[in-house]
Amino acid sequence: MSLRRTLTRPLISDNPVTLQVLGICSALAVTTSMTTALTMSLALTTVLTASSGIISALRRQIPPQIRLILQITIIASLVIVTDLVLQAYAFAISQRLSIFVSLVVTNCLVLGRAEAFAMHNPVGVSMADGLGNGLGYSLILMAVAFVRELLGLGTLFGQPVLPGPDAGGWFQPLGFMLMAPSAFIVLGLLIWLIRSRWTAQVEENEYPLHVAEVRR
Amino acid sequence: MTELFLRAIFADNLVLSYFLGICTYLAISKRLETALGLAAAMIAVQTVTIPINQLILNGLLIEGAWGWLGLPDVDLSFLKLIAFIGVIAAVVQVLEMALDRYAPALYRALGIYLPLITVNCAILGGSLFMAERHYGFGESVVFGLGSGIGWGLAIALLAAIRERLRYADVPEGLRGLGITFVVTGLISMGFTAFATVTLP
Repeated sequence: MSLRRTLTRPLISDNPVTLQVLGICSALAVTTSMTTALTMSLALTTVLTASSGIISALRRQIPPQIRLILQITIIASLVIVTDLVLQAYAFAISQRLSIFVSLVVTNCLVLGRAEAFAMHNPVGVSMADGLGNGLGYSLILMAVAFVRELLGLGTLFGQPVLPGPDAGGWFQPLGFMLMAPSAFIVLGLLIWLIRSRWTAQVEENEYPLHVAEVRR
Repeated sequence: MTELFLRAIFADNLVLSYFLGICTYLAISKRLETALGLAAAMIAVQTVTIPINQLILNGLLIEGAWGWLGLPDVDLSFLKLIAFIGVIAAVVQVLEMALDRYAPALYRALGIYLPLITVNCAILGGSLFMAERHYGFGESVVFGLGSGIGWGLAIALLAAIRERLRYADVPEGLRGLGITFVVTGLISMGFTAFATVTLP
């Protein structure tokens, strides 16, 4: 597979979040605003690209019996570095992200790519795969954050877009969009949107209804 | 304590309000029976690991923990992430061996779910929340038990709904993953109602 395909395939057609259900653990909690979502996306993409590169470079040295613990240690070290960098240069945002940057360690996406791709492929391709998957994850995160921040606060990146009643505008912010349930529902609808365009992703119906049973 | 316990189960539910452990939550909720097995494993591991991590954090890692050795300036708290993961992996391993030896029936019932839990973000997340909120030992036991029960309750609810949903006529693109997210959103909405409940 060419380098470019490796990079672009995970964006939508093989997206890690909406198709493979990997890595959403830490994804949804930070989607109340686009700033936190962007920071989280950058953190995850950096960790994923670097860990894919390092693990791929060491793939011949890693004994198969203890590979998981080694992979987790490498990922955890990268996450600690990222977390400390964030605390040093963007303290306010790192406080808002709370424990979720640390949780990148147990993000199934990072370990999943290390195990499924980086252990069997050369460094360059592995890093492209890591970057592509990181960008695919970021794309979903930013899309959910866009909807939630726009409808929940009427702002984007903290900048007012839809004028609220305080500024004499017409837009009434939906408080529901800032609460946890909305993230699940927005992501569910986003999946619906993607799958009605890329129909190959539609799942099989386990118990299809007989035509005669369906009233139209 | 009771309030902390109830908050951990309902209002601060790990899956439904902090989105922790969703990968496992979605993957193993197709059948109620397996979901209950996972819920039991989750409660056991959560109740054991959070107090142990609390002891390790306060006894070895936080600033001043080495004061009795004449090293009051040592601050190892940047190591907490690696320490927590190590503890979780070790506890799961020990729990597995202990169950195999003393409760073989339960061990067989839990099967592959115990090792799976090592990489569950809800377990690590629980320990990190304990560190961030500075829980004492007693509080961490209560929080561990409560958050485990809350997670188990959420997955059992979802599994029961999904078993019935299989026979439903869901729009094509929403089938499978999409509708599961929407259902989770609705369960989560129900749980937010508990946030306003206070004890007399």
